[in-house]
Amino acid sequence: MPVTAATRHLDDRYQVTIVGAGPAGLAAAVAAREQGAERILLVDRDAEPGGILRQCIHSGFGLQAFSEDVTGPEYAHRFVERVLERDVDVLTDAYVTDVSRDLRVKLMSPSTGVTSVETGGVVLSTGARERTRAQIRIPGERPAGVMTAGLAQKMVNLHGYLPGQRVVILGSGDIGLIMARRLILEGVEVLGVFELLPHPSGLGRNVVQCLDDFGIPLHLSTTVIDIHGHDRVERVTVAPVDEERRPLTDQAWDIPCDTVLLSVGLIPDGELARQLHLSLDQRTGGPVVTSTYETSLPGVFSAGNNLHINDLADWVSQEANVAGAAAADVALGRVRARQDVAVTPGTNVRYVVPHTLSTDLTQTVSFRVKEPIYGDTILRVGEAHRRKVRAVVPAEMVTIKLGPKVLESFAGETLRVDAIPAAAADDLAAAGDDEQ
Amino acid sequence: MGQGHVHDVVIIGGGATGATLARALSRFDLDVVLLEATAEVAFGVSKANSGIVHSAMHASPDTLKGRLEYPGNLGWRTLHEELGFGLNPVGEVLVALDDQQLTKIETIRQQGVRKGVPGTEPWTAERTLDAQPNLSREVKGAVWAPTACVFNPYEAVMLVADAARRNGVRIEVEQPVIAIDPPTPDDAGAPLVLHTPTAAWRTRFAVNAAGLFADDMAELAGVRDFTILPRKGEEYLLDKRLSGVVTSIIFPCPTPVSKGTLVNPTVDGTIMVGPTAQTVDDKYDTTTSEAGAAQVFSNARKLVPAISDRDVIAEFAGLRPVSDTEDFIVGPTERPGFINAAGIQSPGLTGAPALADMLVDILADEGLALTEKADWDPTAPHPVKFAQLSTDQQRDLAARDPRYAQLVCRCEIVTEAEIRDALERGAHTLDGLKFRTRAGMGRCQGGFCTWPCMQLLAEHLDVPITEVTKRGRGTWLIREREDQPVATTSTGG
Amino acid sequence: MGEHRHTATIDAGESDTFAYLCTGCPLGCRLEVDVVDGDVIEVRGFSCKKGERYGAQEHTDPRRAVSTTVWLVGGPVERLPVRAAEPVPKDAVLSLVRELHGLEVHAPVEVGQTIATDVAGTGIDVIATRAVQPKEQLPVAG
Repeated sequence: MPVTAATRHLDDRYQVTIVGAGPAGLAAAVAAREQGAERILLVDRDAEPGGILRQCIHSGFGLQAFSEDVTGPEYAHRFVERVLERDVDVLTDAYVTDVSRDLRVKLMSPSTGVTSVETGGVVLSTGARERTRAQIRIPGERPAGVMTAGLAQKMVNLHGYLPGQRVVILGSGDIGLIMARRLILEGVEVLGVFELLPHPSGLGRNVVQCLDDFGIPLHLSTTVIDIHGHDRVERVTVAPVDEERRPLTDQAWDIPCDTVLLSVGLIPDGELARQLHLSLDQRTGGPVVTSTYETSLPGVFSAGNNLHINDLADWVSQEANVAGAAAADVALGRVRARQDVAVTPGTNVRYVVPHTLSTDLTQTVSFRVKEPIYGDTILRVGEAHRRKVRAVVPAEMVTIKLGPKVLESFAGETLRVDAIPAAAADDLAAAGDDEQ
Repeated sequence: MGQGHVHDVVIIGGGATGATLARALSRFDLDVVLLEATAEVAFGVSKANSGIVHSAMHASPDTLKGRLEYPGNLGWRTLHEELGFGLNPVGEVLVALDDQQLTKIETIRQQGVRKGVPGTEPWTAERTLDAQPNLSREVKGAVWAPTACVFNPYEAVMLVADAARRNGVRIEVEQPVIAIDPPTPDDAGAPLVLHTPTAAWRTRFAVNAAGLFADDMAELAGVRDFTILPRKGEEYLLDKRLSGVVTSIIFPCPTPVSKGTLVNPTVDGTIMVGPTAQTVDDKYDTTTSEAGAAQVFSNARKLVPAISDRDVIAEFAGLRPVSDTEDFIVGPTERPGFINAAGIQSPGLTGAPALADMLVDILADEGLALTEKADWDPTAPHPVKFAQLSTDQQRDLAARDPRYAQLVCRCEIVTEAEIRDALERGAHTLDGLKFRTRAGMGRCQGGFCTWPCMQLLAEHLDVPITEVTKRGRGTWLIREREDQPVATTSTGG
Repeated sequence: MGEHRHTATIDAGESDTFAYLCTGCPLGCRLEVDVVDGDVIEVRGFSCKKGERYGAQEHTDPRRAVSTTVWLVGGPVERLPVRAAEPVPKDAVLSLVRELHGLEVHAPVEVGQTIATDVAGTGIDVIATRAVQPKEQLPVAG
């Protein structure tokens, strides 16, 4: 059973073209096929499909998709097999440079040259990029040895090199936590993880299993304020921050090190979205979408980290299932579901995806909270849905499934999504003042 | 290095001054060597600045820098035609925010007219906002100077040095001059002997184009009579999202020490904001700072309110080699054969091609015989910029060479063929590739292309990938794992 | 490997209390596990049955999923991702990974293929987590 395939001869026309063969693109390809699309093109910039899963060698994948805990490469493998069984054209070492508004996809690869294909539907599944030093504005010198955690992960896990010998990690995102453990296992000294916020950005499981297990200190409300070294990183200055996140420089200290890894967040990779002038959501950095993840340009869909940053590949695949199937529907000329209910972030909710819902469908509403609530929490979608959960934290996305029955009486309305402490919700209810 | 061999000219320093001089000398039948202390040419002062060929109206014609400014402006345009580096004549809008400044900018314009700078115009506030609608509503008027251009100075200097190399100049990098033998009284015509850590260079003439270190070189030659005071400028590059927010170089009315904070489009379509102007002690201090950023953005927003530090994709600081005379120090010294080209601060980059011609004349006056080569080629193959080509041109190129269809840097759309061309032209560090091709300069700042660039560098230089550096000695990027293979699991097949 | 953050009281013969952070859900319950003579007497601070079980397990026999990489010859990349076929006792994680240092595997490789058996005396096998296709011309083993 081959697990990679490089298509050398492209058709002039595909029903669905999928840009990016990571967890989103692979799932979208399978779903588009299941939905009846026959000619599907899946394009990836790397030499083999799988995207970031190829370097995420740790476990924690597949609990939703396969009811089984597997590693990133295994998760990718299962999807790649499904894709190849379904006779999808997979074009690797290829890059989509442009999509026109009439859905001509311009791409380049050494095997096809510069060419373009017509397509009935496009799924943008290009994933995310990591925030860089410039974006978090660390002043200081510009030595070698400052890199994103994801780049270090690629060098260590795919190519077998180490980013340095004494490493400081800025940011407690999951990639940074996982790389802390990875580097310790490879004999590299990890001097600490520094997080600007008062709570970790990554999952609690990763804090325990990647840091605590190995005695790596996690410094919350602390950040790197200066990087020193003319040629290579020699040390960093770190300082605690006050409640407004301003560094308390009188409490700063220096840490000798040769490497700084940045795990300070992901941003949806929006080159194509910008080129297509899609409506964007400033909160997610991704496109505004319907409940089938169709963007403001009909026929163009977005799923996975290209749409908003997910914490589980399984969620990505679930979104892409919907997007891939809907792209096939559009390509095959089927009628779209109505999008007759709007959703918007309310109390303690950073963002909500999708932006509209359909009273025709059962759909998933995904959102992220602003502040953690450790204790009984009420999640509300307007008057349509109310649920109590044990806790919510920004690191873990919350999803709620809403069907036609729940939504039918709210057509034409905008539903606010709130996440509030149960006690506060009860107080509000008692006061009969549930709305703001 | 043959002990007896004597070069005609050794140029100390591969910045704009040294490279344009090397190229100017390459048309003559001479033995010329350029010694660059860092890993690549243009890695010093020339790398980190606003990237502007100035309109030429700013500097007083009473100064040497003022006299070289306009001929230098014309010189860069010619080099751009011949060598194909990016250069965009976007023009300058010198903005006044009050009546006093209106008077001042008109004085500057009149100075430009006296220097022969063509095309300048006084603009009303309405005319100014019509041309640049995103400028502050506080604008009282402006001076328009169409002669100003933007370019990537490092790209230009690298291609100028490459053109010199193609015409026979030897370019040697990582060759800092650390000693110069004292004169020998018994032999007045003896060559100068310059020492680098790995070689001795005997030469009739040495041109001190060492930028920040020109005073140190003069000291080594025993003729130091000036001091270089590094003046730091922090610069901030903004996301392409802001492309078009201004379409010309926006200058504030200048202060006595600086031209002020500029907002300008770069030749690549990003927006750059800066610089600061701070005299520092340390010739290696290229740190950016919170305070610098605050100053730059506060100043920039007075001109262009839409600018925000949230859009920063890269920041850097450069040092300008200001001499204690505040003007260029150019000419022969007490030490026979040792010629200064020092204190080349702003607008030194602009003036470089004219300064090179002046230095050639000085060398001739000092006794260097100049015989033009019959086979001198003023042009060189222009580097391909795949991202800027039409789809048809891209298709044709890719059909001829599939490496033009292999993307390496996705943010800036740089292909493997362009990377390989840069390697052929002498790039041998990651930064050298980045500054030549833009690979790694975009939004993701190398997250995607660092690895393939390192692989291509290792292959081209024929070294293990762990020896690939960011910008030369000491700037290592990755380490080898300690474990070597100890066992082989045969898995069939 | 670091010790767990425990808050043991050192009263010999009495019960010791160890603290663990539950990783079962975002709530992150701070579990307290009372132990006498090595036996878990009581788990406190949990909010669900899973949490209670986790606390006891985490004290008596903490285990971890372990993945790492080994050298790969004849593949598209230099490293082959592998994992322990079953959860590894926490204290054996580092020795298990270190024992794989230097190991080299030649393509082709199947997902799930055993790469090493009974690694570091744990009785646990290590298996490949990706497939590597046979190349038309395999490089000579070196």
